[in-house]
Amino acid sequence: MSERILTVDNLRVDLPVPAGTLHAVQGVSFHVDRGETVCIVGESGCGKTLTALAVMDLLPARARRTAQRLELAGRDMLSIGERAMADIRGARAAMIFQEPMTSLNPAYTIGNQLEEALLRHSRVSRRQARARAVYLLERVGITAAASRFKQYPHQLSGGLRQRVMIAMALMCGPSLILADEPTTALDVTIQAQILHLLAELQREFATGLVLITHDLGVVARIATRVVVMYAGEVVETGTAAAIFSRPAHPYTRGLIACIPVPGRTRRGAALGTIPGMVPSLVGKSIGCHFASRCDYAIDACRSADVTLEAARDAGHLVRCIRHAELPALAPTRVAEAAP
Amino acid sequence: MLAFTVKRLGVALLVALTVSLITFSMIYVSGDPAIAIAGEGARASDIEAIRKFYGFDRPIIVQYVDWLAGALRGDFGRSFTLRQPVADIIFARLPVTILLGAAAIGFALVLAIPLGVLAAVRPNSMLDRFALTVAVVGQAMPTFWFALTLILWLGVTWRLLPITGSDTWQHFVMPAIALGYFVTPAVMRLTRAGVLEVLASDYIRTARAKGLRPPTVLFKHALRNAIIPVVSLAAVQFGFMLGGSIVIETIFQINGLGYLAWESIQRKDLPTMQAIVLVLAVIYVLLTLLADLLNAFLDPRLRAA
Ligand SMILES: Nc1ncnc2c1ncn2[C@@H]1O[C@H](COP(=O)(O)OP(=O)(O)OP(=O)(O)O)[C@@H](O)[C@H]1O
Ligand code: SF4
Ligand SMILES: [Mg+2]
Repeated sequence: MSERILTVDNLRVDLPVPAGTLHAVQGVSFHVDRGETVCIVGESGCGKTLTALAVMDLLPARARRTAQRLELAGRDMLSIGERAMADIRGARAAMIFQEPMTSLNPAYTIGNQLEEALLRHSRVSRRQARARAVYLLERVGITAAASRFKQYPHQLSGGLRQRVMIAMALMCGPSLILADEPTTALDVTIQAQILHLLAELQREFATGLVLITHDLGVVARIATRVVVMYAGEVVETGTAAAIFSRPAHPYTRGLIACIPVPGRTRRGAALGTIPGMVPSLVGKSIGCHFASRCDYAIDACRSADVTLEAARDAGHLVRCIRHAELPALAPTRVAEAAP
Repeated sequence: MLAFTVKRLGVALLVALTVSLITFSMIYVSGDPAIAIAGEGARASDIEAIRKFYGFDRPIIVQYVDWLAGALRGDFGRSFTLRQPVADIIFARLPVTILLGAAAIGFALVLAIPLGVLAAVRPNSMLDRFALTVAVVGQAMPTFWFALTLILWLGVTWRLLPITGSDTWQHFVMPAIALGYFVTPAVMRLTRAGVLEVLASDYIRTARAKGLRPPTVLFKHALRNAIIPVVSLAAVQFGFMLGGSIVIETIFQINGLGYLAWESIQRKDLPTMQAIVLVLAVIYVLLTLLADLLNAFLDPRLRAA
């Protein structure tokens, strides 16, 4: 059996908001093995970022995190204190953020900020830390790394800054990297380069990679397994092969139908042309979260909560009461087709 | 950084020059200076003699250049009333005022910055409320009243400190506290707001994601960025204190520039007033320059400007 890096079991994140409690993450479970790339996909606001932040214990102070299990390389992260957690952050688990323009401190050189990560966690000299930083800057494709080293973040483009963030994540050789939409803020041409780089480094350093993304085309190419989230829940999960060849949830099917086809769709076109709105996550709700947008919804979908069930393939789980009959079904709600 | 410094220095010089022009024209704003010196009911021939003696009969531009050249050499002319060089009068008083101002701003920063930081780190805690109380009280209490309270407690009741004069450092303690406490609220609130804002920023999350310890996150990553507006504020407040410490200087009988300004106004001693305004303005310009340079050191993005 392969080495288990991350286990997330029944993770919940609640946020107090003026209108009540926002249940941003509602019982999310997944795992990552060494060398795997697990992609988390789903529309904006479905709780992807908060899931990653919860793993790192970096949630906003007001947020409340609970889980059945949260283990990193066999270590229980629910019971350890803040000091022990700080020893893990950056060393064993690193995170790359959605916002490269603001994720680096404007007051320090990128060299300083890179070195700092290693100096914090290992007994190395500043020279050794510098050597590693320059090496990694080169590895992430930054030319003239030694001179870039002395530059400040504002002197670098967004793409370069995100490369710096990737290098920073690799400084201590972590076993897990959480990359939260690392390319959404970047130019379309740069996006592909950065994702290729991540996939390549993930293979080379044999880390576990959690990649949060909107881009299903990317998922199809680099994911080992896929976690599809909708309104705070996992609605479907399985191997990339199973998800793409036999998507079992109507939402996943909708997402896949929206994948841009090379030559026919504009590059970088937004995902999620599924009509309708995501339900509010404030307060309690009953029934399938997707019901208001689902073409196959029936009364039973709204009357009781839907659980994750095994689909046909091994490890393939889906949260839909009609998943077995779905392939043969006609939609209960036919989209008004244009004449 | 060099280009930045040169540029800022140039701007500072221009501002100083403009101020000197305004200061110089002060003498004519209030009417004919010769009449002012001669006093009520003077004879026309006396006025004419005074006008000649002080050179008021020359073209204004010549007078200005002459005055400016003198000022650059540290010669501000002679006082109308004290019959001695203005420079001597001013430079006897200036160190006292600068010492008082520095002590006051030092006191304010030492009190306000840690309080502001602590309040931001633990928002809505007891400490935050205490800091808020300090701020509200500081803003509501008149300076003179606070100064008198200090004198009553520290000087009269407990006899810890001398009450008046400026001979030893002990003499500066109460005036500095009285003067400095007045700016504490503004500095503290600005620090608190700055730290709060910076702590919520993405790069602080990055710092924490690296596993950095809370003190490193706070002092290395947060404070350096949060303190930038405070530096500018402190420079401005320091400038105000130098010119605006008349009340404090009077209460504690400190012979500083503020008190001199007050005397000069009452005596209509224009050369002295001119010199005080110019010296204060130049100090003010220098302080602003210093704050700009310090901020550019703190935030590399400002160096490009
Ligand atoms: N600090 C916060 N305070 C209140 N609500 C928040 C906060 N952060 C996130 N949320 C809410 O929690 C939900 C999940 O947010 P999250 O950032 O995890 O979404 P996401 O899936 O990462 O979306 P995106 O693709 O836009 O990044 C959203 O409804 C969001 O509005
Ligand atoms: S449970 Fe019902 S509403 Fe939900 S996805 Fe399945 S068919 Fe649609
Ligand atoms: Mg997000």
